[in-house]
Amino acid sequence: MQPTSLAFKDNARRAMADPVLQAALGFARTGFQDKRRAAALRLPEFEALRDQAKAIKDHTLAHLDLYLEAFEQRVIEQGGKVHWARDAAEARAVILRLCRAAGARSVTKSKSMICEEIGLNEALEASGIARVETDLGEYIVQLAGETPSHILAPAIHMTKERVADLFAEHHGRPRVATPEALLDEARQALRQRYFEADVGITGANFLIAATGSVVLVTNEGNAELTQGLPKTHIAVASLEKVVPTLEDACTLLRVLSRSATGQEFSAYTTIVTGPKRPNDLDGPANFHVVLVDNGRSQVVGSDFQDILRCIRCGACMNHCPVYLTTGGHAYGWVYPGPMGAVLTPQFIGIEQGHHLPSASTFCGRCEAVCPVRIPLPKLMRYWREEQFTRRLSPPTVRYGTRLWAFAARRPGLYHLGARFVAGLLGLLGGRRGRFRRLPLAGGWTGTRDLPAPTGRTFQALWRARGGGS
Amino acid sequence: MSEEARGAVLERLRRALHRQGPGASGARDAVVARLAAAAPGLIPARGDLGHEGRIQLFTAEAEAVHATVRRLRRYDALPEAIARYLRERNLPLQLVMASDPLLAELDWPRSMLMVRARRARDEDAVGLTLAFAAVAETGTLMLCSAPETPTTLAFLPETSIVVVAAGRVLRAYEDGLRLLYEERTTLPRSINFVTGPSRSGDIEQTLQLGAHGPRRLHIVIVDEPVTRSGPRSWA
Amino acid sequence: MPASPQPRVALFVTCLVDLFRPAVGFAAAKLLEQAGCRVEVPRGQTCCGQPAYNQGDRADTIAIARRTIDALAGYDYVVVPSGSCAGMLKKHYPELFDAGSPDGERARDLAARTHELIGFLVDVLRVSAIEAELSVRATYHDSCSSLRELGVRRQPRQLLASVQGLELAELADPEVCCGFGGTFCVKYPEISTKMVDDKVAAIEATGAELVLAGDLGCLMNIAGRLKRRGSRVEARHVAEVLAGPLTAPPIGGAGS
Repeated sequence: MQPTSLAFKDNARRAMADPVLQAALGFARTGFQDKRRAAALRLPEFEALRDQAKAIKDHTLAHLDLYLEAFEQRVIEQGGKVHWARDAAEARAVILRLCRAAGARSVTKSKSMICEEIGLNEALEASGIARVETDLGEYIVQLAGETPSHILAPAIHMTKERVADLFAEHHGRPRVATPEALLDEARQALRQRYFEADVGITGANFLIAATGSVVLVTNEGNAELTQGLPKTHIAVASLEKVVPTLEDACTLLRVLSRSATGQEFSAYTTIVTGPKRPNDLDGPANFHVVLVDNGRSQVVGSDFQDILRCIRCGACMNHCPVYLTTGGHAYGWVYPGPMGAVLTPQFIGIEQGHHLPSASTFCGRCEAVCPVRIPLPKLMRYWREEQFTRRLSPPTVRYGTRLWAFAARRPGLYHLGARFVAGLLGLLGGRRGRFRRLPLAGGWTGTRDLPAPTGRTFQALWRARGGGS
Repeated sequence: MSEEARGAVLERLRRALHRQGPGASGARDAVVARLAAAAPGLIPARGDLGHEGRIQLFTAEAEAVHATVRRLRRYDALPEAIARYLRERNLPLQLVMASDPLLAELDWPRSMLMVRARRARDEDAVGLTLAFAAVAETGTLMLCSAPETPTTLAFLPETSIVVVAAGRVLRAYEDGLRLLYEERTTLPRSINFVTGPSRSGDIEQTLQLGAHGPRRLHIVIVDEPVTRSGPRSWA
Repeated sequence: MPASPQPRVALFVTCLVDLFRPAVGFAAAKLLEQAGCRVEVPRGQTCCGQPAYNQGDRADTIAIARRTIDALAGYDYVVVPSGSCAGMLKKHYPELFDAGSPDGERARDLAARTHELIGFLVDVLRVSAIEAELSVRATYHDSCSSLRELGVRRQPRQLLASVQGLELAELADPEVCCGFGGTFCVKYPEISTKMVDDKVAAIEATGAELVLAGDLGCLMNIAGRLKRRGSRVEARHVAEVLAGPLTAPPIGGAGS
């Protein structure tokens, strides 16, 4: 996917002027936040589980090579195959090779952000393989020719009117408008395609080292149908998806659904281990796991390692005031919101991605709701340090910061400067008490009045009144 | 190519994690031990109830996610209970079911039900299967694939009916896993933890049932303890 | 409990208060003195270093931090009428230095002595009520740092409840950022303005005539937008109301 992150400001501007998107984000704002809060309140052990979830991920990351080796061994023992890919190109090549080997004319897919990341969709289409998205949100997004705008709810940016229009256009049936009727239509449209698919491609919420299993979490049940009906199942997962045991996965699953949608547990948690057994009546004959690095091994052991704890719940973006203003597409690449702000520069470079960690007030709500306690603002600040060191900020900002810091280190100079500025602005602001316009302050005064100083600084007044020190 | 990639990725990880240094074998031992122990983590106290308490909790949680729950004293009451359920909803008195003898032995014709023991296919409207266990904590069923209980029975038909023994309504998911380790020598191809019918919130955040999986989930808890000889014991 | 019969408190006023609204500094000093503290304003204080820190200028931040730690040495407590600046000293200064190093030790020592103003009054000095009166319907905005870094939420409400005549109406979604975020508000002004518009709408929905908060950055942002939108709602720092009779026009208000 070609990044447009550099155009973040323009993207955001367009997003804010889009009443359809704003209405959709309004639903998300209250829906997700209230539900998560209720679920967290309902479970007394929630905070303790978050701590355990963090500990499980930290332990795994510290031993990632060993757990990946153990996982691979178990998969092979079960009769499955493991393929490794260093980058997106290798991952695409492996998957296409497996699809061709299976003689695939059509593949079903359940929702997978790693597949977005490696650009699999375009590659499948270029190969002439029909791609059927089974996650309803992804299906809608595919019809619209768009990309997902949220990692859990890909079509969150669309109203039901837009969905109704898309279905009417693509299904060749009279337009229906209620959510029930739309869902019915989607169910029918996709049904046959499940049976026709030669290959089912899924992501993986977790990989289990102890058993060689792949854990797939959905509410629709489409993951089970995607991997269970065709002859071949390909699970694509990035390295950090592995966790030690099924029991560890239970802890993570408890915080995942509550953090994501406020559900006690998702409707379907499917744990698949290898291909079908000799006497099974259903299930795939071939089971493949594609392990994708694509930069993770660089993040391990770096200052950014904590981001690899992410279990893709979406809570951070559901609570981010910036995301809820701009929507996901403004971020310009695969991962939006706070976790996207930390991940994206890693993949596309800070030169292209610098807006994402910059466009944050560090309000900290993301970190407060992250089930695995990723210090997202701190990681964004690391990117800003990178940006500063590489002189990527606009010169005015850079010199302004350094000038301010220069003065701040020199109390005598600082107090002099402060008195001067306070005096000047106090004079100019005078009777009105505020500025509607001020040179160099256009970013503020474009939409806000600037309260005027009173003319003298506190410290000057304090000394004048005989105050101590 | 995959071999080369494998080597490169693992090598980079090992370097990043200082795997060559002191403590390297200690790390390996820690991993082996953790994998073997498969120790449960923190299990919420919610499901920590007696037999009756767990069944009540399970029922409440399952109903909260729009499953329906019925309780029977004996298995031989099952056909009539299912027939009634289907009639109430104007559904055909026809189903595909698990081939477990526990179900096969029941008197289906007496309740006018046409049953076939096989995997589900696209045209099947009602599927009946046996759960391996149930989890009171969140009203969750634990379904394991097997020749007798093909997974499609609980996923393809629009109406899914699942029977679970009262004695196997457990506290937490981890208890279900432990039972699985005890009763089977290897993991099944698929374990499905099912909590309510299929649903989607993808259209304007409105909750809709019946996205791709079943629109209806009916759970029947049966009190009658069952003992049998052979590889699959239910008591 | 206070460290001695009359605790020696360094008031770290913050650059915004120093430059834009001395009344907040005087209100803070008055509250502390009324509660039995000896208040001093160390000369060496300038800015906590947040602007440099959040721009990614770590070197300058460290230099400023060293200076600030020096300036605030020797006091029983350091009290700050701002959640974000208190958070900077308390939470972030220690992260700037290696854990065991001398600088790290001194940063940790300062952090332990540093408190946001209202949190200090209630939690350390055990002030449970204030003698003040103001007949007004007010609402309170929790700044992100106060809320999430310092756990200050209950304390301002507790003290405001004791102000005679003051009726506190809560914002519908009190945990949302106002959109200030330091340089964020001028680097991404459109997004910032949308965020402050949401906050203004929430304030107006309470029917309050006055909005209070513990951070001048938030208050200037909110007041600036209120004024631009022609709103009659006024904005003040919570310390001003708690310190007794008001001594200054509201933020952005006319005259001085």
